[in-house]
Amino acid sequence: MTLDLLYFAWVRERIGEARERVETEAATVADLVAELAAREPRYALAFSDLTALRVALDQELSEFHAPLSGVREVAFFPPMTGG
Amino acid sequence: MSVRVQAEAFDPGAELNAFSAGVSASGAIVSFSGVVRDVEGGLSVMEIEHYPGMTEKALEQIRAEAMARWDLEAALVIHRHGPLRPGEVIMMVVTAARHRVAAFEAAEFLMDYLKSRAPFWKKEVSGSGKSWVAAKDADEEALARWAGPTDAA
Repeated sequence: MTLDLLYFAWVRERIGEARERVETEAATVADLVAELAAREPRYALAFSDLTALRVALDQELSEFHAPLSGVREVAFFPPMTGG
Repeated sequence: MSVRVQAEAFDPGAELNAFSAGVSASGAIVSFSGVVRDVEGGLSVMEIEHYPGMTEKALEQIRAEAMARWDLEAALVIHRHGPLRPGEVIMMVVTAARHRVAAFEAAEFLMDYLKSRAPFWKKEVSGSGKSWVAAKDADEEALARWAGPTDAA
């Protein structure tokens, strides 16, 4: 499946891109993260501590164990600091 | 528009007046404005990043939850993004209800939720460098008091 990946704040800075399109067979967010982390050190660094990260699937907050079936857009970012 | 996400500055006084002119059944209107404050070392710019699309959706959901939970006549949320300087208004919430307790509570609920559940990230640029503002445990804990069968989370 084709996924659009979006990165925000320091996740974007560590990976060095704001978005990219990937082909993957990952079943869950955690599988996708493992796949990305194995690619290059900058991904491994960005995903080194998942407790410091949040994930949104198609613009809804989700969890790392969530399945990716039917998902088009995955976003990774640190805890939000609005207000 | 009851939720606005924008780079442009806005006038909280003018927004409050326009909002107030549009409500008729409310005896209480509460407004809160968040302002960029200076930090040690001298903040030159606060950069606010957001997730276009999800931001609007998240704010709409939070606002709808507040409207239903406190039976509000109206609620407004404005949040800016981009580079802001100390003293500039970052965001504003306004609520209108029949009575003041509901208007105050709904405004606090909106603030608590948009701090931790709307996809914004702040970066402080000062004389001592640039750093992302870390989320506070207290912000997450603030959500707990609203937990219940109608929790927006």
